[in-house]
Order: sequence, then C-alpha cells, then structure tokens
Amino acid sequence: MTALIELDDITKTFAGIHALSGVNFTLHAGEVHALCGENGAGKSTLIRVLGGEMRPDGGTIRIDGEAVRLSGPMDAIYRGVSIIHQEMALAPDLTVAENIFLGELPARIGWSELNRRAGELIDRLGFDISPRALVADLSVAHQQVVEIAKALSRKARVIVFDEPTAVLSIGDANRLLEIIRGLRSDGVGIVYISHRLDEIFAISDRVSVLKDGRNAGEVKAEDANVETLIRMMVGRPLSQLFGDKPETDIGKEILRVENLTLPNGVAGISFSLRRGEIVGLGGLVGSGRTEVARAIFGADAISSGTMTLGGAAYRPRSPTQAVKNGVNLVPEDRKGQGIVLDMGINKNMTMANINAVARMGFFQPRKERGVVGALIKSLQIKLGAPSDPVSSLSGGNQQKVVLAKWFHSGGDVVILDEPTRGVDVGAKTEIYSLIHKMAAAGKAVLVISSEHAELFGLCDRVLVMGEGRLRGELGPDEFTEERLLTLSIGGGDRQGREAMA
Amino acid sequence: MSDRTAGIGEPAATEEKAANRKGPGFSRLFRTYGTLTIFILLVLLASTQSDAFLTERNATNLLRQMSGVGIMAIGMLFVILTRGIDLSVGSIAALGAVTSAMFVQDMSMPMAVASVVLIGAACGAVSGFLIAFLRLPAFVITLAMMTGARGLALILSNGQPVMPGTSGQGLQNFGTSFTLGLPNPAWLMLSLFAIAFLILNFSRFGRLVKAIGSNEEAVRLSGISVPWYVASVYVISGALAAVAGLLVTARSGVGSAQVGVAAELDVIAAVVIGGASLMGGRGDVVNTFIGVMILGVIGNIMNLAGVPGYHQQVYLGVIIVVAVVLQNSAQLFRR
Repeated sequence: MTALIELDDITKTFAGIHALSGVNFTLHAGEVHALCGENGAGKSTLIRVLGGEMRPDGGTIRIDGEAVRLSGPMDAIYRGVSIIHQEMALAPDLTVAENIFLGELPARIGWSELNRRAGELIDRLGFDISPRALVADLSVAHQQVVEIAKALSRKARVIVFDEPTAVLSIGDANRLLEIIRGLRSDGVGIVYISHRLDEIFAISDRVSVLKDGRNAGEVKAEDANVETLIRMMVGRPLSQLFGDKPETDIGKEILRVENLTLPNGVAGISFSLRRGEIVGLGGLVGSGRTEVARAIFGADAISSGTMTLGGAAYRPRSPTQAVKNGVNLVPEDRKGQGIVLDMGINKNMTMANINAVARMGFFQPRKERGVVGALIKSLQIKLGAPSDPVSSLSGGNQQKVVLAKWFHSGGDVVILDEPTRGVDVGAKTEIYSLIHKMAAAGKAVLVISSEHAELFGLCDRVLVMGEGRLRGELGPDEFTEERLLTLSIGGGDRQGREAMA
Repeated sequence: MSDRTAGIGEPAATEEKAANRKGPGFSRLFRTYGTLTIFILLVLLASTQSDAFLTERNATNLLRQMSGVGIMAIGMLFVILTRGIDLSVGSIAALGAVTSAMFVQDMSMPMAVASVVLIGAACGAVSGFLIAFLRLPAFVITLAMMTGARGLALILSNGQPVMPGTSGQGLQNFGTSFTLGLPNPAWLMLSLFAIAFLILNFSRFGRLVKAIGSNEEAVRLSGISVPWYVASVYVISGALAAVAGLLVTARSGVGSAQVGVAAELDVIAAVVIGGASLMGGRGDVVNTFIGVMILGVIGNIMNLAGVPGYHQQVYLGVIIVVAVVLQNSAQLFRR
C-alpha cells in the first residue's frame, strides 16, 4: 500500500539552527499517527512543512507516492491536507455555514443550499449545531467541530490535529476522539499532536516521537506505555518528574473563603489555605475553577460570601488591592494575561512591584539589574540577555518569568491556574520545584490543574469542583483518578457533598 | 546548547530568535535607525535642491515652525503607546490660544499660563475618564472633544480674534525672542522632549504606559490600576495641546479659534513617521522628534523648491506611506 503522506529526510534550518534534521514521517489512509515530543522538539515545524506553510530546506514530501512541492497552504489543502491549529482560524462574526465554505463561497451564494450542505457535514460529525449560528456564539468545542467540517468540505484526506483537546473539557475531548475514530474508519489519515499521553494511547495506531528536531523513535501504540514514551521524549523516567516534595511545616490558616458566590453560577464555595500548604483545585474545565481564582484575585466581581486574609476581612475590588494584600495569580492564559510578550524579560519580572526597584517613580537601574539577576539565577531561567523580549523564550521559561514576577512581589497566597499548560516535560519539573519552593517559603499555594498526575504529585490535598460547586476534598490517601473523576462528574460521594452543603 | 534549540519548534519564538541571531538585519536596523535615515536622506536631498536650506536661519525657523506640532506629538506619542488616539489636540490648541489671549489681560503671566495648561488638562481628563474608566472608544470620544473644544474656543472668542493688547506684551516677548541663538518656542519644545525622554525610558509611568499598549490585561493582572495610567495620557496630551496653542498666541500676539485646524493629522503623521505603532506598545521619544522634523523638512523643501501647496499634500501622503512600509518591512517582506 502506498503511503498517503511520506515525509522523507526533511530538514529545516532557522538562522543556522536545525529545527528539523532528517525527519521521516509516514501516514497511511485510515490510521491515526500520533506525534509527540517536548515543546521545541520540532512538531510544529514539521506540521507547518506538511501544511505548506513553510518550505523545507531539504528532503521530499510525497503525497500518494508522488513527490510534490507545496507552494503554500492553499496548495496543501487542494491536495487534501488540512491542518486544524491550536488557535482556530475562524471568522467569529460569520455564520457556521459561511465559515465552513469560506474561501470557496460561490460568487452568487444560494443561502439555503449552503446551509443545507453545512448541516450535512455537521450531522456527519454527529453534532447538532445550526449552520446559521454565529461562530462567536459557539463553545470552543463546537468551534472545533466547525473547523473539522471545514476540512471535510474541502475533501480532506489528511487532517492534522494540533493539540485539539488543550482547550476542551473532558466530555468534549471524548466526543472529539469519537469524531476522529469516525474519520479514521472513513479512510481519512490523521496526524494527532497532544501533550496528553492518555489520549494518545486512546486514539492512535502509531506514535512517533521527536526530540531536538530528530526522530527519537516510532512505536505501535499497543506496544508502548506512558513510561516508554516519556523516556523517549526526555530520556528520563516519569517518577522523577515531580521531584521530591521537601518537608514543609504547614502553618497557620491564612486565607479563608466562605460561601463565595459569583454572578456566573459559581456558588457556595468554602475552603481555607494554610501557610506552607499546596492545595489542588481539580474538576473539569468549565466547572468554575478559574472563576474562583479570579474572584479571590479581585479580577472579577463577587455576588456574596466572605473572605478573610490573615484573620482580617478581605474583599478585593481589583487585582491592585489583591496584590497589595499579598494575593498573587498566575493566570491560565500565559501569553494573553501573564506576560507582556514584546517587553523585556527584566521589565516583566519587576512589573508587579516596581516600587522595590524605583525611587520617586524613577527606576534605579542598578537595583533593578540586581533583582533581575537574582531572580534569573534562582529560577534557572535560560535566556540570552535579561533585556530580550519575553517572546524570545520557550513556553516553560516564559512561565518562569510569570513566577518570577510574584517571587519578586512577595505575596503570601499564590494561585496558579494551569501552571504547566503548554510547557515541556523538562521545564515542568523545574516549575514543580519552584512551586515547592514557594510553599517552603511559607506561602499558601493553590494549584488549578486538569492533569490528574500533576494534582496528585504536587499537592497536599485536592479540592474538586463541578458545575460551579465544591464537590469534595481528597486527602493524600484518596488520590486516585477514579475518586477525582467521580467527584468532578458528580456521581456518588453524597457524603462529600453534604459535608460541603 | 540544547536549551538554545529548545524554542525552535515554536513558530513565534523561532522567528524572534532568528531575528536576534541574525543580529542587525535590515528590518531590525530600520526599526531602530530608519527614521533617522529618512531624515538624513531628506536633508541631503534638500541641500542639493536649495542653498537656502542648510542655513542657520532656515534651521531655527524650522524648529520654531514645528514647535507646536512637536509639543503635541509628545502627548500623542503617550496616547498612541497605550493603543489610543487623540483627535482633539488641534481643537484644544485653539482653546489654549484663545484662553491665553484672554487670561493675560487680567492675570499675571504665570497664573495665565497655569490656567491655560489646566484647561487643556481638564479637557484631556474628561476624554481620559470616559475612555479609561467607562471603556468608551478613544476615537469617538476624542472626536467629540475635537468638536466640543473647538466650539468652546469659538464661543469664548465670539468667533473673533482675541487681541490682548499691551497686556499681552509679556507673552509676545517670550514667543518672539531668542535665547542662546534659538527661538524660545524651540527651547520649550526641546526641553519637553527631553523630559518626555526621561519619563518614557526611566520612570514607572513610562514603562507601564508602554506595557499597557502591549498587553493591557497582563498589566492589570499584575496588580496595576490600568485606568489611571490610560486616563493620564489624555490629560498629558490635552495639557500639551493647550501649551501649543499658547505658543501660537505668544508668537502672533492674537488668540484665534482657528488655530490648529486639522493639526491632529499632522501630529499623528509625525508620530507614525517616527515609528510608533497605532497598535500600541511601540514607539519612542527620539524617533518621534525626528518624525516631527521630517514632517517639517518635507514642507520646507517643497516650499524652497516652489512646489505648489496642493502638490505638497500628495507628496506628504506618499512619504508617510513609504515611511510606514519601511518600518514594517520586517512583517511585509518575511517569507
């Protein structure tokens, strides 16, 4: 059988650095071929080469056994290769149908015909989305369905999914995997990129691992397990990932939240944090975790409920007040909310506490250099020069800059929302050890995460939310995926719920 | 070494790194020195066109002519850095021109000047409050202020030039005399540029203004009260526009409500030629100053070369486009 796609000895160089050196990759019709690797391993570059967005410096791309030169993304789409990017490329103010047929809208549009055809494509995917709905009004999951329908409308024979579930809740992610299985049985070839290894095992037939721009190996999914994949990706076993939890004394209660109720459906949230403690906040995406974090940080309004901080009443009306009171937030959307990308690394670091490096509103360059130098050293941030823009850093190091900001500002309560999303395995370990360091310094740490292993490996106890309510709490002896999932989805555990009520 | 390659697969990081590694590539160089290059080329061109250009008299004239636009460009730079726009500067200048002619008649000079600046700042504060705290669009709000302030200037002056008579002599003396070989308005502009340079590069305020233009949400979530900063830039812009108007009265001895019609366009053009991005976060004081001078030299050359006024406007349009294309060459000519 001729392979649908054959990438042979692909090389791509950026300014003398090999992003890809001699990478091979094949895809057959009707298979799911997963592509793994740390951030920076070359996955995105390979995908962009396949999608015609970048021209390789060397090597051959064969489609149906025939060597081709892709002149651009449209050329790739013509040949049946569609890429569904992490950041979706939909026009929010157009309807579902218009988006699906964007780029090939007939000069005279027959609306009923267009809507009917769009409806058919969406039906085929097993979803109930009106072709007339505006894309802006759809959930992220439904937007992704529109993207897939768009690919199908272009008769895609190869669909590349780049981290499709990163923004989806578990339920939606499972439906997406169903769609992918359906596409596979229709003979579509799927390239699947994800950081979530459990998904990779659930969906793929073959797994290729890239490391430093080279093939690090290819295995049949049934022959591999999480251990082997991680070792291929980083060359080190999983157990070392979380590092040793240092012995920290858990001290006095510092933050107490009682009956916190928000305008957006989150209600009756009560819990407390103690110094030196790392508390997890689990639950499905959309269960209200981020909303709780933002409310405690003063970024969103509170309807009712009380909070105390170090025994005193605490009701922040803005992040400014929260920071003044020593409450810090590492937001979920790093690039959008955590850092100023074009600004220098040094300037980002001191932003939350400029007064420490300035006098009368003017910076004291020497003092600032000293502070920044110390932060870079203690957080082990890998950079060119401290004044380089943050955008020059890898995802993991960018996240460390956000952490550095709060190390410098020195709050007592740190809330981290998905601190390792989009961060490669190596940097994850370092971020975990920084979180331990925060706790060891006597801060109370609240970690929101969708990764079960992260919650269990990092936290002293885990609070679980579901549908805007706190559903229960897990102690270290209850750290199992089943318990966590049961609580998040809401089956059973009446005890826990009654205790919270 | 492995860490250096770590960012390679990520497109955004890669391009940035590639640009860094290549060192001073054309587009990077241009971003830093592009405005200066255009300015030097224009000066060379001008000196071949006319012997009158490279004279001390012409140079001081140029500085004086551009002092109003220059002073307003400082305020506009701050506004544009926050990703805003201020269309009201020309009208506030008119208000400044009229009120200064009125105030000198029955106030001491310092009081009159302070009051004029305060009026400009108040106009800016109104716009700033609406834009920053009520989150209304800057374009529309300052458009409204542009009409409103002009109207106010016309009402106060009854549509007639305000003649301060002999009581305006002190102001006029300042506006028309020289210090150390340079006209006083030019000195004022230069010192305001110097102050702005210090503020933008070395102060908390300047850094946060730039940061807000790049990523407002990240700044807010760092615990900074963003609206105060955003409102402040409009206050600064309004105050400086009033100063520009005062200078016109100081030079001419008459306060007219017709001062600064369409000046906002020249001011925005100067800031943009100076390399500032209307998307916020990018721009600096030195290049803005050069942008102002470019605008002045263009007019100056064409006058010396006898280009008719209508033609001048077309050339100016072309030059603005060329400057912006060159500054954005990095994005335009990649791939």
